[in-house]
Amino acid sequence: MRKRALFAIATRSILRNKLRTLLTMLGIVIGVAAVIVMVALGQGAQASIEAQIKGLGTNMLMIMAGSTSQGGVSQGAATFNRLTIPDAEKLARESTLLAAVSPVIFSRGQLIGGIGNWRTTIMGVSASYQTIRDWPVASGSFFTEADQRSVRRVVVLGSTVAQALYPDADPVGQQIQIRDVPFTIIGVLTPKGQTAGGNDQDDTVLIPYTTAQAHLAGHSRIGQIIASTYSPGDLPAAQEEIRAIMRESHKLAPGDDDDFTIRNQDDIAQAASGTARVMSMLLAAIASISLVVGGIGIMNIMLVSVTERTREIGIRMAIGARSGDVLAQFLVESVVISVAGGLIGIVLGYAAGVVLAKATGWTVATPLDAALIAVLFSAAVGVFFGFYPARKAAALDPIQALRYE
Amino acid sequence: MQPAPPVIRLEGVTRVYSTGENAVHALAGIDLVIGTGEMVAIMGASGSGKSTLMNILGCLDNPTAGRYELDGVSVTGLSRNELADLRSRKLGFVFQGFNLLARTSALENVELPLLYDRSGRFVGKESPAPAALRRVGLGERLHHVPSELSGGQQQRVAIARALVTSPSLILADEPTGNLDSRTSIEIMALFQELNTQGITIVLVTHEPDIAEHAHRIIEMRDGRIVRDAPVGARRIAIPAAPAENAA
Repeated sequence: MRKRALFAIATRSILRNKLRTLLTMLGIVIGVAAVIVMVALGQGAQASIEAQIKGLGTNMLMIMAGSTSQGGVSQGAATFNRLTIPDAEKLARESTLLAAVSPVIFSRGQLIGGIGNWRTTIMGVSASYQTIRDWPVASGSFFTEADQRSVRRVVVLGSTVAQALYPDADPVGQQIQIRDVPFTIIGVLTPKGQTAGGNDQDDTVLIPYTTAQAHLAGHSRIGQIIASTYSPGDLPAAQEEIRAIMRESHKLAPGDDDDFTIRNQDDIAQAASGTARVMSMLLAAIASISLVVGGIGIMNIMLVSVTERTREIGIRMAIGARSGDVLAQFLVESVVISVAGGLIGIVLGYAAGVVLAKATGWTVATPLDAALIAVLFSAAVGVFFGFYPARKAAALDPIQALRYE
Repeated sequence: MQPAPPVIRLEGVTRVYSTGENAVHALAGIDLVIGTGEMVAIMGASGSGKSTLMNILGCLDNPTAGRYELDGVSVTGLSRNELADLRSRKLGFVFQGFNLLARTSALENVELPLLYDRSGRFVGKESPAPAALRRVGLGERLHHVPSELSGGQQQRVAIARALVTSPSLILADEPTGNLDSRTSIEIMALFQELNTQGITIVLVTHEPDIAEHAHRIIEMRDGRIVRDAPVGARRIAIPAAPAENAA
């Protein structure tokens, strides 16, 4: 039997019952659209997370206090913060693989300047922080090693802070009070956007860590040390090197656990995008249940259709159709319904994705592979759920079928 | 009136339906030869076995025992698919209830058997369907759907559908059963005309005056042939004017 004829027969009998076909398709349409939207959202989230993590800087390593090596349980959390400025200085001095090292002293405080005041994160870092984070200035300049050595009260503003306090003018050269200590603004950073966790990275000010110690925090323990290597290939070796230097610096005996954790950008990226991936897979899995329900709808209608058309099947058999021809006819019919539903679902899913992206500001990817999979999957649904009714039709006895009223 | 070679040769054909413990002998040993170009009517009361015989002649059913040769091909023991191919190649069916596909044009109904042809006879050739419809006098109504046609016209479409593959044999099961007497005569006239063109026709009917349009009447009772005789004075169907297809 010619394939085109088969397709034509299926299309005609589908078009004969437009409303019924439409309702049958609806299950598949909704299923596929749901899968597409979910995958689009998931992939969008993943992509934006990956972009943000790239934005952390290149070839970056983070050293944090405490050990998280044992099954993710923070083993060292109970101990006091063991990262110190001497650790950072020792790393900078002794490491051969690190291009730059910077301690990071976190604190929060009130800024007064420009048009008002603003509470933000104050980070005490070294001059090489800018290199590690790959974070250019929009205006002015970053502080130098000389500023750092001389414990100068200079500050570089994140773009959110600059926007908040100096909406109309370039703040470079202005005075600002940080926790009542006067600082000179020497630069404004370019925007970096949100972190994977939704924090605004630009809502921050950077000062030399020496100044932070002298004028603000008053202690030498630090939240983390960040460093960068010359090339991404150096990361594993650098990690080992850091570990050796840090153990020496902390005077750990050979059997002791590390009391610090080293993470590279890949780890962070994988953890974050892994979460997003699991979420999007979960959502897609839930959405695909509706595809299965749609498939059952097709099966139901195909069974009705086979019963209704028993006589037609008898006629076709009497004039020479083989069982296989009848099977193919009904199978093609259910596949045409499901694939057509799938295609409509893709269009609808994309449209919903675009609307959602516009309405919520979320990043929505356009997953072409998901569309392809959705079509193949809906075709598979058509075959799977169409097979039983089609086989039922093909197994009819032509004599009985012709006599069927 | 028995030109060789025969289209149908039945030898000792039986058909037994077993329903639980009872065995019903629908056919209790049939020997029958029908030659090319014959027009044969099979008569009998309901339950006489004529429908079963028709099913077996139509390759829709297999005999329980005995031999059946259709146009020189042994039908006995063929699979479902082989039977389907045989129907496609050698047989044309005309039913009492016309059995056309609804909402499908006359032309497409007639083209239906070509869809299932596996011999490749019609590949790359002009479709024989319009010619078949012209042959039954419906050349002007190719694109009408069954609901737009009268009963007689629908039966003509069915006959065209049976003709389209140039079968060795046309089997008509009560072809006039749903038609009024005037239209019945017209259909019988068409059958006679096709028969004179050399087409072998076997028809089942319970109306004697319809049967008398054939060359030969076979009467059945209780699964056996009780009478097999040529028609002495064959009725020639003269359709009352105006003919329906001219309307």
